[in-house]
Amino acid sequence: MTETNSGPASANGSAAKAAATSANGTETKASSTRGEWPLYEVFVRGKRGLNHVHVGSLHAADDQMALHHARDVYTRRNEGVSIWVVRAADITASSPDEKDPMFAPSGDKVYRHPTFYDIPSDVPHM
Amino acid sequence: MTTQVNDNRYDEAQLQVQFDATIEAKDRIEPRDWMPEAYRKTLIRQVAQHAHSEIIGMQPEGNWISRAPSLRRKAILLAKVQDEAGHGLYLYSAAETLGATRNELTEKLVAGRQKYSSIFNYPTLSYTDVGTIGWLVDGAAICNQVPLCRTSFGPYGRAMIRICKEESFHQRQGYELLMTMMRGTEAQREMVQESVNRFWWPSLMMFGPPDDNSPNTEQSMAWGIKTHTNDELRQKFVDMSVPQAEALGVTFPDENLKWNEERGHYDFSTPNWDEFWDVVKGNGPCNEQRVAHRKRAWDEGAWVREAALAFAENQAAEEAAK
Ligand SMILES: [Fe+2]
Ligand SMILES: [Fe+2]
Repeated sequence: MTETNSGPASANGSAAKAAATSANGTETKASSTRGEWPLYEVFVRGKRGLNHVHVGSLHAADDQMALHHARDVYTRRNEGVSIWVVRAADITASSPDEKDPMFAPSGDKVYRHPTFYDIPSDVPHM
Repeated sequence: MTTQVNDNRYDEAQLQVQFDATIEAKDRIEPRDWMPEAYRKTLIRQVAQHAHSEIIGMQPEGNWISRAPSLRRKAILLAKVQDEAGHGLYLYSAAETLGATRNELTEKLVAGRQKYSSIFNYPTLSYTDVGTIGWLVDGAAICNQVPLCRTSFGPYGRAMIRICKEESFHQRQGYELLMTMMRGTEAQREMVQESVNRFWWPSLMMFGPPDDNSPNTEQSMAWGIKTHTNDELRQKFVDMSVPQAEALGVTFPDENLKWNEERGHYDFSTPNWDEFWDVVKGNGPCNEQRVAHRKRAWDEGAWVREAALAFAENQAAEEAAK
């Protein structure tokens, strides 16, 4: 039997130089990504009124191609009305090692939450 | 630097405790968390094998796109095969968060150093097989994948959630295709039965070797990257499929297939595991063809990938010179 369909275009290319860590945590090592298109992270706004949400990543040669690929890979069924793509290497992320000191300032400020305040239950619209 | 070494060891033990606690709490491990090297390696292998299956899986069905019997069927088949490409890409992305690179994974696939599901080493001999694959092969994939939505590695679970949402279309379009043929001529009904006969056993083998011959299952279950054993999922698939076959009006090629009141499950024969291992080793009807095709697409696409990058670099340089 002969099968004649062609395979998908796969991501590849040249020189990603610096080691990069995306928000997704992807570490791209210069040595093994030789010839690979840069990695982009994709954010989609599901509908008007919602935030853009991270949906995954992809490889593309440039920003425009990243947008096109994002449309094809992540919005085949009306999953979005707007797409952001950003080079993974351009994202600055907090490190999991600094988890405690990084988020400690918000940990002991319970007074930032509405439930901190006792209001009699007969006070309306509170 | 003895102190340093000791410190590192102490740190590692601490990190292992945190990792174990996260798994124990059924919480998710995220890419930048510390994880045991064996967990990372096992996951890369599992996710890559899964990604390769989606990508290689486009071939048997893609074979029929140009010969679909109507524009409606052609549009459906194109969308289905395009989805499988998408599934492969979601999964490659998940594997990349573990430190693997896309190129490295593709190169291992085309060199035969990483596997994909054996089911795709069987040929699609008639258009009917598109329906049977949707019903049984995508059906078996759903059985395997739904529990993986809760897998312990965050990006893998999220990829599985997207995939499972799309698989339901795959199974239903296949079953509907077969239903349409069953309402047709006697010859068409025979085509459906013949196709089901060919795909039944390979579909059961998709769940992997029997539990007593699946040495990695225990560790994978402890790590939460597998939640049911191969035999449990296989049984579930058989139980689901029998009533669907009855509704369709076809039978499965197994004379021992019957309801067991006591167990509350269908009994069925043991698949031919010698055939399974033979196909895994590379001796299936289409192993060579599948890998050669993927390798050709990869090699012949190299200049396109390079040209796109050169173009992007030129554009950026022009932009910078302005
Ligand atoms: Fe799929
Ligand atoms: Fe599918």
